[in-house]
Amino acid sequence: MADAVKEKVKVSSAPDGSAPPVVIDPNREPIVVVDDLHIIYRVYGAGGKGNANNALMRIVRRQNRPSMKEVHAIRGMSFVAYKGDAVGVIGTNGSGKSTLLKAIAGLLPPQQGGVYTAGQPSLLGVNAALMNDLTGERNIVLGCLAMGMGPDEVKAKYDEVVKFAGLKDGFIQLPMRAYSSGMGSRLRFAIAAAKSHDVLLIDEALATGDAKFRRKSKAKIDELRKEAGAVFLVAHQLDSIREMCNRVLWVDEGRLVMDGDTDTVVDAYVEATGK
Amino acid sequence: MNGNPPLAEFAARHGLKQSAARPPIGEYIRQLWQRRHFIWAFASAKSVAMYTESRLGQLWQVLTPLLNALVYYLIFGLLLGRSGDVTKYIPFLVTGIFLFHFTQRSVTSGAKSVQTSMSLIRALHFPRATLPFSYTIVELQQLFAAMGVLLVIMLGFQEWPTWQWILIIPILLLQLMFNIGVSLVVARIGAFVPDLSQLLPFVLRTWLYFSGIMFSMYALASKVPTWAMRIMEANPGSVYVELSRRALMGSYRHDLHTMTVKYAEQCAAGGTTHKQLVKAANACKMHSELVSTNHMIWIYAVGWAVVAFAVGFWYFHRAEERYGRG
Repeated sequence: MADAVKEKVKVSSAPDGSAPPVVIDPNREPIVVVDDLHIIYRVYGAGGKGNANNALMRIVRRQNRPSMKEVHAIRGMSFVAYKGDAVGVIGTNGSGKSTLLKAIAGLLPPQQGGVYTAGQPSLLGVNAALMNDLTGERNIVLGCLAMGMGPDEVKAKYDEVVKFAGLKDGFIQLPMRAYSSGMGSRLRFAIAAAKSHDVLLIDEALATGDAKFRRKSKAKIDELRKEAGAVFLVAHQLDSIREMCNRVLWVDEGRLVMDGDTDTVVDAYVEATGK
Repeated sequence: MNGNPPLAEFAARHGLKQSAARPPIGEYIRQLWQRRHFIWAFASAKSVAMYTESRLGQLWQVLTPLLNALVYYLIFGLLLGRSGDVTKYIPFLVTGIFLFHFTQRSVTSGAKSVQTSMSLIRALHFPRATLPFSYTIVELQQLFAAMGVLLVIMLGFQEWPTWQWILIIPILLLQLMFNIGVSLVVARIGAFVPDLSQLLPFVLRTWLYFSGIMFSMYALASKVPTWAMRIMEANPGSVYVELSRRALMGSYRHDLHTMTVKYAEQCAAGGTTHKQLVKAANACKMHSELVSTNHMIWIYAVGWAVVAFAVGFWYFHRAEERYGRG
């Protein structure tokens, strides 16, 4: 399968296998610009002999922790997203999709190159809970306050959030650790969607939702897009990408393989991965 | 590459900003002020959640400091016999333990504040300094419960309210400022060097024993050199505790007064033999020590609060964009 992907790279992009060139559309207003981005992050706990003796010798010899590995997750990516875009990001596992979103959100500082955004991007990840030991109610209030709302605004939005999350009766008063992952991510999405974001980044947060919630969130994403922001969506279900996005980035091994309208890119991706 | 202007320039032309940049400090303070409701609500929620798993629930807010005081009373009061240092040892000890624990617990939880809230940090955008602030406020709320207990103990030992009790408010506010400042510093270090929380308990316990919490510093004073005494007096661990004892306990004020007068007399008496002269010199030293402390202690209290807060805030802000990295 990997070979097939590489084959496709050569066909669909520039002859030397480099990323597709960035075309700037002067008539639209950019909201996210990613310029030759490289991300290297450190991972701890990747193995190594774990006894005190070795740890001491390592410090004496001034070596790095053997359990620390550097991962070059994004290797030179450039693109421009405009206001009103809903951009899908697809690729195999470990291709750098989630890392890309974290970088756009400003959570992973770039090693080289840069990410430029208008306004503050917000990331919705797969980790369902905000604060596990607190009830859903508290999470809503705290989440809204953390996003910078005033107490009155929170009161006004509260019912809307609860309704949107669509939890079963009574669950809102339980601590979030009692929630299923689907319920958790629904509540979290509902909290984040209570405020209009300039750039909303969704990392498979909708994958656990049921069909009804997916419909609701599609409507919400359309609404957010209309409020002059951009939405990035990472998903493995290609049909939700087809439903919600007007543009797709295909990412592989930290590089951009293809960047274009949804049907073209998804079709090419399906063909390449042999789905 | 294809005739386009460099993307960075293009972005700048449209007023786009680096995503991983921290706001300037003025803007940061404004954002933080905007989150004041969040800080308080977060702290309250944490306070409530803290003991939900235990059967006695919120009662532990009161029991924990009481049991702590009991342990120290058994060791220092009964076993080592320090209770002779002052007239009313139990209120003296309990005030010390409760206030020092406020600082101690603020620092401990501050060191973990960024680490434990990683999922929140990665989900929402807010100034990260709200976290050490909130965790310190949690400890402040715990302290309120402890102060209720302290009030009962004071009355139980016939320390009646005087106008000086009002001073406890500015004292606690200054201590809160100091605690937030230290929390901010350890929060930043703890976010990148998790080993800190392994080390902190030892540092804090050493600090506790050097701060004159379980014994009166002045009772030890003749045995330690002047410079060491000066450090012990100026140390923020003892400054807020000493001030509170003076504000709350008439008997302690009286103890200090008696001691000052006694040393003044001994100093003036002088002597003829070598032994007497040494004793007189010691008394003079102690007398000037006590007098200078009276002058300096409020200055220390304000100084520590302002310096710790300003430095902590500045230091924490410098790494703002890196906290979510993990």
